[in-house]
Amino acid sequence: MIEVRETNAGAGLAPEAAQPVLSVDGLTISVRSEGRERPLVSDLSFTLARGETIAIAGESGSGKSLTSLAIMGLLPPPALHVSAGAIRFQGEDLTRLPESRMRAMRGNRIAMIFQEPMTSLNPVLTIGLQLAEAIRAHEPVTKREARARALEALRRVRISEPERRMGQYPHELSGGMRQRVMIAMALALRPDVLIADEPTTALDVTVQREVLDLLRDLQAEMGTAIILITHDMGVVAEMAARVIVMKQGRAVETGAVAQIFSDPREAYTQDLLAAVPRMGDGSGARAASPEAKPVARLRDVKVRFDIRGGILSQVTHRVHAVEGVSFDIMEGETFSLVGESGCGKSTIAKALTGLVPHQGRIEVAGHTMGGLSGAKMKEMRRDVQIVFQDPMAALDPRMRVGDLVAEPLVIHGIGTPEEQREKVAGLFERVGLTRDQLDRYPHEFSGGQRQRICIARALALQPKLIVADESVSALDVSVQARVLDLLDALKREFGIAYLFISHDMAVVENISDRIAVMYMGQIVEMGTRAQIFGSPQHPYTKRLMAAVPIPDPGRVRPPTPRLSGEVPSPVYKLGEHPQRLSLRNIGNGHLVADIGLGGVL
Amino acid sequence: MLAYLIRRLIQAALILLGVSFITFFLLFVLPADPVRQIAGRSATPETVANIRHQLGLDQPFVVQYWRYLTGLFQGDMGRSYLQKTEVATLIAARLPATLLLMLGAIVAELIMGLTLGIVAAIRRGGALDQSLMITSFVAVSAPQFVVGLLLLYVFAVKLSWFPIGGYGSFSNLVLPALTLGIMGSGWYSRMMRSSMIDVLRSDYIRTARAKGLRRFRVLALHAMPNAILPIIAMIGIDIGIFMSGIVVVESVFGWPGIGQLAWQAIQRVDIPIIMGVTLVSACAIVLGNLLADLITPFIDPRIKLR
Repeated sequence: MIEVRETNAGAGLAPEAAQPVLSVDGLTISVRSEGRERPLVSDLSFTLARGETIAIAGESGSGKSLTSLAIMGLLPPPALHVSAGAIRFQGEDLTRLPESRMRAMRGNRIAMIFQEPMTSLNPVLTIGLQLAEAIRAHEPVTKREARARALEALRRVRISEPERRMGQYPHELSGGMRQRVMIAMALALRPDVLIADEPTTALDVTVQREVLDLLRDLQAEMGTAIILITHDMGVVAEMAARVIVMKQGRAVETGAVAQIFSDPREAYTQDLLAAVPRMGDGSGARAASPEAKPVARLRDVKVRFDIRGGILSQVTHRVHAVEGVSFDIMEGETFSLVGESGCGKSTIAKALTGLVPHQGRIEVAGHTMGGLSGAKMKEMRRDVQIVFQDPMAALDPRMRVGDLVAEPLVIHGIGTPEEQREKVAGLFERVGLTRDQLDRYPHEFSGGQRQRICIARALALQPKLIVADESVSALDVSVQARVLDLLDALKREFGIAYLFISHDMAVVENISDRIAVMYMGQIVEMGTRAQIFGSPQHPYTKRLMAAVPIPDPGRVRPPTPRLSGEVPSPVYKLGEHPQRLSLRNIGNGHLVADIGLGGVL
Repeated sequence: MLAYLIRRLIQAALILLGVSFITFFLLFVLPADPVRQIAGRSATPETVANIRHQLGLDQPFVVQYWRYLTGLFQGDMGRSYLQKTEVATLIAARLPATLLLMLGAIVAELIMGLTLGIVAAIRRGGALDQSLMITSFVAVSAPQFVVGLLLLYVFAVKLSWFPIGGYGSFSNLVLPALTLGIMGSGWYSRMMRSSMIDVLRSDYIRTARAKGLRRFRVLALHAMPNAILPIIAMIGIDIGIFMSGIVVVESVFGWPGIGQLAWQAIQRVDIPIIMGVTLVSACAIVLGNLLADLITPFIDPRIKLR
């Protein structure tokens, strides 16, 4: 692993010496709309040496994905096209190549893996077929040979049970396994250049670690040059030798990763790096004041979903999504739930807001949930509001944003229309929007602004608790930082408590007072920020922390065992129950589960 | 899978029971009197009462329905009032012709609809796309008796490519099947177009292209099966729509199917035949939908029947 880093660094110095395998020269990509041409990428130039990794970093709209599609010759016609510049690969300009020759290049000499492993494989075709056809598209081999080579490619990406995977369909595989299949497909023909467009963004942090390790190992083995497109500066620091920082279609700064991180010249790069949340040792946590009262109390909460089967469609299995979870959220506290997808953290949020039925006891502001009448339930909902992950999906596109924010007030019959409008205007100003934006529609706002609108809506009823379910995950880092600042300021101002749900450990560390780590529906460790980040105890917590990419190119990561484990599913036959973890207090309220779950831990 | 099938068949039986009840009830409250039709205008009140008693039509509704239902369970669909023949025999004689016509119509509408839809999707926004979509709109809105007469005039009378009517050979089938299927082909071309456009935008098509596959393979192997999925369920529903269409098409082309039988029976208030045809139609619709649901998992491995 350390050797790989060094070869990378060596390759980073190589471009002047070695013949570049790919050179992009003055690339301009334009969009044609209403008879006018507008450049989306302007005058981009870089070279890529054999075996080198170059990162293209930038926020949404920076043109980094368009650049990769242009290299592949896959810009969606007719609106988007390369209007100037050249992409030279082995002496040929790819932008001028006829489609038949470009097709022979794609997947063969230049391959690509995409962000969304869940949707990037054809759902109705087997893994084996999709791999084998990629080989047969370029090499005159028989079906048998192609299958044999496909299997070999699957082995190389260290997927479990490769023979069985060949006959399976994409939906039978987890996200991490699908991304391994994508990598196997892309590298089956040993391409000279691999374009990885946000290859780990949709994956859990531990799976991201596995995929990044895998990419690096395969690169060392095959000498593939990688163009890594990412918004994650941690991934940049770990993977690349050189980086191009892009903003609005232009390269703002280009240079060696170490130099850009230690001494960024451009203001934009400085801002970008400053906005990146970093993990530390959990110091500086504010403990809740001893007289603070709990806003929410959960005691032995269980959420189970039935799976039906048989002639009478009776319940045969149950998903134990949440299994005996207990915790308190204090006034003015930010309590975070972390864990991988499927661990039950979002289900807890839904149970707490009354969106899924639960067993056990949930109290919010002294009232017990469940068995409440409609009116009581409505009253309780005033105290708990939720901010979702995708602000576009959470706002009705046909309503004015002012009406959207006023809607909770209307539903609860608070104030006259004039008072409501005045209140909404005040909320808008509080979250950093202006009064004159009230009559606009959601599509007229950027992602960050939309999330501010969602926050304003959540604030309208002056709740005691806001559930933020991955509320900043879809935002660019600079926008994310500002939204987090806003949440923090609101907490101080109104004394709101947050239940913050995130897969991003660095964000969690930056804003949380207390943290619970979840695995398969249960809490494996819970404590203050200092306890969890300063001295994590449970092996699962440690594994989560170790997996996070660190935005510091100088830091040498200790070699970790190559993992290919899969998170088991919390589905049990009727009558069977998961093993219950018991939490032990190891001092000052730091709770740790003393036994593992399944074979993974 | 077996459990699913059994559950669906139980559901089907309940649906048929419901259909039989509703139809029987509607015919019971209908002001038209079958006895008058049988006896004729000049019959004496005694004759009328006699016939009514013989047919059991003087019994209360519940008794009549119960009698019909118990007969049905023993495989007895009753006798036609006017033709004095077993309803089962009448329907059995005519059902194959109708099934053949429907099958022909399904093949015709799928071939026309899917091809046009795919071509339009590939040429999206172009002149070909627009003219195809106008054509499909006309196909959807044209009444079947107009389409039937038009096809007869052009292809049978003017060009003499196909016979004017009759039953027995493939050439007899072409025009009626086209007439019955033309509306569906209009629907299918529009659905296939939008479904195909969605699929062509999807990530896995981008992956297929990034692999360097040929365009034809991308379309035929990667796009088509995915685009066709939402359409399969429609084929089951089609059989229901056809049931109303065959009454028209069979009389235009003189096709000896149950549509004609039904039409005659309705005019003469021949209750056993109306009941029989209705139940057979309901059966066809239920089975058509079941068949469509059973086919889907073979194309889409994500769907499990249980």
